[in-house]
Amino acid sequence: MSESGTEDAGMLQVRIWRSGEDGGGFREYRVPRQASQTVLDVVTHVQRKLDPALAYRYACRVGMCGSCAMTVNGVSRWTCRTHVSKVAADGRLEIAPLANLPVVKDLVADMREFFDKWARAQGQFAGATTRHDAFAQVSPVSEARQAVDAGIECIGCGVCYSSCDVVAWNPDYLGPAALNRAWTLHQDERDAAQAERLRAVAGDAGCHACHTHMSCTERCPKHISPTAGIAGLKRAVAMAALKGEL
Amino acid sequence: MSAARESSTGAARDVSSGAARRVDARARNHPAYWAFIVHRVSGFALALFLPLHFWALCQAIAGEARLETFLRWTDNPLVKFAEWGLVLLLAAHLSGGLRLLALEFLPWRDWQKSLAAGAAGLALVAALAFALAL
Repeated sequence: MSESGTEDAGMLQVRIWRSGEDGGGFREYRVPRQASQTVLDVVTHVQRKLDPALAYRYACRVGMCGSCAMTVNGVSRWTCRTHVSKVAADGRLEIAPLANLPVVKDLVADMREFFDKWARAQGQFAGATTRHDAFAQVSPVSEARQAVDAGIECIGCGVCYSSCDVVAWNPDYLGPAALNRAWTLHQDERDAAQAERLRAVAGDAGCHACHTHMSCTERCPKHISPTAGIAGLKRAVAMAALKGEL
Repeated sequence: MSAARESSTGAARDVSSGAARRVDARARNHPAYWAFIVHRVSGFALALFLPLHFWALCQAIAGEARLETFLRWTDNPLVKFAEWGLVLLLAAHLSGGLRLLALEFLPWRDWQKSLAAGAAGLALVAALAFALAL
């Protein structure tokens, strides 16, 4: 916190990424410090009071929709649930769009590639029953159901994807969120497309590309561990290959 | 943008005006990433050492006198210190590898940072034991 006693006391020094013809750069703003202020509050203040042309994205403001993720002081975070006091102890904030995704404008990242990869990882549930069949009975204490529980709360914010070096190194890499989705479906005993899914997540662009940096696990705001799912997929692919199912 | 990204999203590329940004060291500063770096650097350094190791073994074939001269040279304190570094690298790479095997093949546990700390501790204990035995 700035305690210098100058006019800067109680003000945040905020640098925000702005797009431009020249590739873009950071622009500086001064934002009044508030109690319980979130990073999203800061961006909103800038857009409403200082620079109406600033583009950013948010919806729910309560950590459910996954639309407000940005890079804050170099680390990808959900801005609506990130308190300024936690990340800007010295009163300085550097806010940029998510990494590893094209920028639409300013703080708005183009999420298409991120979600296209969910589809490429066979992230859709493939049921084998109809509405005329009885409900599936899935034991809530089964190991598979517990594994689904551990990964199912993903809000699709893209923080893991933005934090992942392998995504930057290999643009075809499906990424932590898509592989986590594939893992939860792999553990779903009702799903009938297991072999197809394992084929989709095997190989150079799939689970085997992970270098176990665990940046996804470290940064996930929902405390999901995509690394756990990726490790599980590696084991599942190996077992399926040994059995000749792939 | 790479060709792969272009092809996967087709012609509707127009709304994106800026290239993707990259994270820097601030995003990588966490224990698991350090464990990755230690594992990579130690593996690379050990790979560099291997030719030297085989050359030393060759001295035994070349004759007893040459091997003896070489072994006398290794009593040099600087070589002993380098040897200690080698043991540290080996221990770090071994314990880091065991950590990865545990992570990938055993059921998932949420104490992965403790596992990384344990691997680091094991490597330091091994290196310290070697240093004391020197």
